[in-house]
Amino acid sequence: MNVELIDIHKTFGAVHANAGINIKIPAGTIQGILGENGAGKSTLMKILSGFIQPDGGEILLDGHPVLIHSPADAIRQGVGMLHQDPLDFPPMRVIENFTLGRPGGLLTGQAEVLRDFKQLAGQFGFLLDPEAYVDSLTVGERQQLEILRLIWLGARVMIFDEPTTGISAQQKVHLFNALRLLARQGMTLLFVSHKLEDVEGLCDRVVVLRQGHLIGEAKPPYITRQLVTMMFGKEITLGERPAGCASDVILSLRKMEVEDYRMHIDETNLEVCRGEVIGLAGMEGSGQNLFLRAVAGMLRTVGGRVVLDGHDLTGRNYHIYKQNGVAFLPASRLEEGLVTGLNLTEHVILAEETTGFFINWEKGRLLTQERITEFNVKGTPANTVESLSGGNQQRALLALLRRQLALLLLEHPTRGLDIESTIYIWNKLKERCQKGTAILFVSTDLEEILQYSDRVLVFFSGKVTPPLEAATLTTEKLGELIGGKGWPESKNEGKPS
Amino acid sequence: MKKNNWLNSGFQLGAVILALLFTSGVLLIAGAPPFQAYLYIIKGTFSSVANISNVLTAWAPLLLTTSGVLITFAAGLWNIGIEGQIMVGAVFTTGALRLLQNSPLSPGWILVIGFLAGALGGALWASLAGVLKTFGGVNEIFGGLGLNFVATAFALYLIIGPWKRPGIASTSGTLIFPDRLWLPTLPKVAFSPWALGLGILIVILVYFLLRGTQFGLRLKAVGRNAKAAFLMGVPTWQYSMFAFVLCGIFAGLAGAIQVTSVYHRLTPAISSGYGFLALMVAMLINYQAVWAAPVALFFAALNIGGIQLPIVLKLDSSLSGVLQGILVLFVLLVEGARQRLFKKR
Repeated sequence: MNVELIDIHKTFGAVHANAGINIKIPAGTIQGILGENGAGKSTLMKILSGFIQPDGGEILLDGHPVLIHSPADAIRQGVGMLHQDPLDFPPMRVIENFTLGRPGGLLTGQAEVLRDFKQLAGQFGFLLDPEAYVDSLTVGERQQLEILRLIWLGARVMIFDEPTTGISAQQKVHLFNALRLLARQGMTLLFVSHKLEDVEGLCDRVVVLRQGHLIGEAKPPYITRQLVTMMFGKEITLGERPAGCASDVILSLRKMEVEDYRMHIDETNLEVCRGEVIGLAGMEGSGQNLFLRAVAGMLRTVGGRVVLDGHDLTGRNYHIYKQNGVAFLPASRLEEGLVTGLNLTEHVILAEETTGFFINWEKGRLLTQERITEFNVKGTPANTVESLSGGNQQRALLALLRRQLALLLLEHPTRGLDIESTIYIWNKLKERCQKGTAILFVSTDLEEILQYSDRVLVFFSGKVTPPLEAATLTTEKLGELIGGKGWPESKNEGKPS
Repeated sequence: MKKNNWLNSGFQLGAVILALLFTSGVLLIAGAPPFQAYLYIIKGTFSSVANISNVLTAWAPLLLTTSGVLITFAAGLWNIGIEGQIMVGAVFTTGALRLLQNSPLSPGWILVIGFLAGALGGALWASLAGVLKTFGGVNEIFGGLGLNFVATAFALYLIIGPWKRPGIASTSGTLIFPDRLWLPTLPKVAFSPWALGLGILIVILVYFLLRGTQFGLRLKAVGRNAKAAFLMGVPTWQYSMFAFVLCGIFAGLAGAIQVTSVYHRLTPAISSGYGFLALMVAMLINYQAVWAAPVALFFAALNIGGIQLPIVLKLDSSLSGVLQGILVLFVLLVEGARQRLFKKR
């Protein structure tokens, strides 16, 4: 199916998320949609798949103008979307999920459906047990199930939103093979990503979005440098950062120096934009935790300045940082984050801004119930925190954070969590970013660092790289840096003093 | 949940029975008839108005000290130093009364000032333990223990030194205050409703403080996980200090009661062990303030009832202490066993 988007506009308040976007995609093409976080990719895809309506513009399918009112409407017209967080029904069987969403007819014709399923799965080489429960599947397998379901429902255009999130390298190969096969069968595929590596390896053509505008198109052979220039508006080589923030600078470190008894981190400069995610990579104990705790105000800096949203907080303590909108989530949830023996209500009351001397337990309980629902914590307000699973403890910690934060600092935000929880937690964190919170996080998971960061700082025995654009990094490159190889020569690098 | 409560009660009853059996064994070894001993304890408690009055008199300071340790336990602190805090409270009260007894102030005001002085003394001594803990890194158990010795030595010095009785210096205590400086009692008995009223007031206060206030919740958070409480924005060491000072105030008031309502002077044993006893009460009630009053009453009754024993059965009066200690031990033991038992499932 040929897809044509003509002059699509969409604004959210003051933000022009899509400003007159024109794309024409012939059938059988894998179209890459590239752009950094907040470039307008997701908005465009949501318009095409009926989740939101455009403010202006037209969508043509095979040359006919169409109006897409809802996702169900979209799939009737042949447009299916595969979400980053698989929208399936975990307590059900694979085959039941597969059958779901099929229009009309009370009689499902079990045998027929099963035959179709097996045939489709076989065609793509997906090894899915139709009788298995969905919650026993990996994210990659759930993607496969979703792909089959969309094909079976008659999709002729499929949108993939950051599909390589949270799946293994092996599953990525399977996914890409399946996508190529689909394209050969005449399916139109839109592949949304901010990973250059994936886009270059898969897509027949690429459009680049930046700040709501379509900046340019490219076809293979791709010139990485050119794509990066389009994405960020200037040429970026490893070690450079794009010119300033689109929004304002929320955190500015000026020649900050930190040390403890075994390590010294020399003059680090960093400007963090509102809504930005910065990953701190490195082997355990390379200085990244020290750095993070210093930025949280938990460790006094020994030199330089820390400026948060225009306030110089150098040398102030954690409580002052906290009052200025900084939050710190430690890696050891039960040791440092939560109080064992106290229940969720008590935690919520503790974490809330104190109002008055007496506690209104009823109000606290209601608020807790609200948070539990919002953050999908599996527990009740009366549950003590140690009775929750690790993933739910992490969700609880997120639920305890103040509504408005300037800066959120996390140590290993998803360590030990299953993929579902990981994706869920990152979605919640991204929501925060959209509201202007900047995030700095430490992780030893390279995929996580590359997947979720806008920029990356690599730590190696107390040395820090300048901020690196995550889009220009590969796991191999990052791995080298973490291991101390291939360090860029730069003024920001820790110099021996 | 309901069923669990019954089961817990069953376990606790079992602990009490075990404690009685064990104490009986001790009594048999000492060559005394256990049943008779228990009977005498009960008799010593309820047989006369004077006995009941004595129990109530002992109850008041124990209520105060129990309230105090409930606060420090909530903050995760073992305030062993509470004995010294009672002592210094008593010293301050005595000092205030000595200073003012010949002043034109009315006795009522002198007593009020005496109580305030006691509270101040207890708070000062407790804050010393707090400072040692917070800024010196001295565990509050060791700091408290050390300060207890210092407090006792200090009181002893005053009793046989500057505050000695005219003519003779005796460790039995300072000169008895004139009875206008005694806390008013009911007619013909030693029991002062003022003292008990204060004790009950404080217990109720602590109950609500721990159950329904931001302060109480934050205190608990600090006690259970100071790091997490800190990250949640609770000023942790300040709260620890608060807990020490509050406990010290209650202990000091207990000391003031001992001076103005029980001994009417300063003696080296003025604390009567109510600090340690309070720790036992708090452990026995599993730190639940709601049980503080009845269990403190029970312990006060055991204390008074035991006084009879040396006279009638030629037993040492410390039998009550043995019974109290064993009771606490068995309750803790049974609680530990229960937890192990149910964790395995």
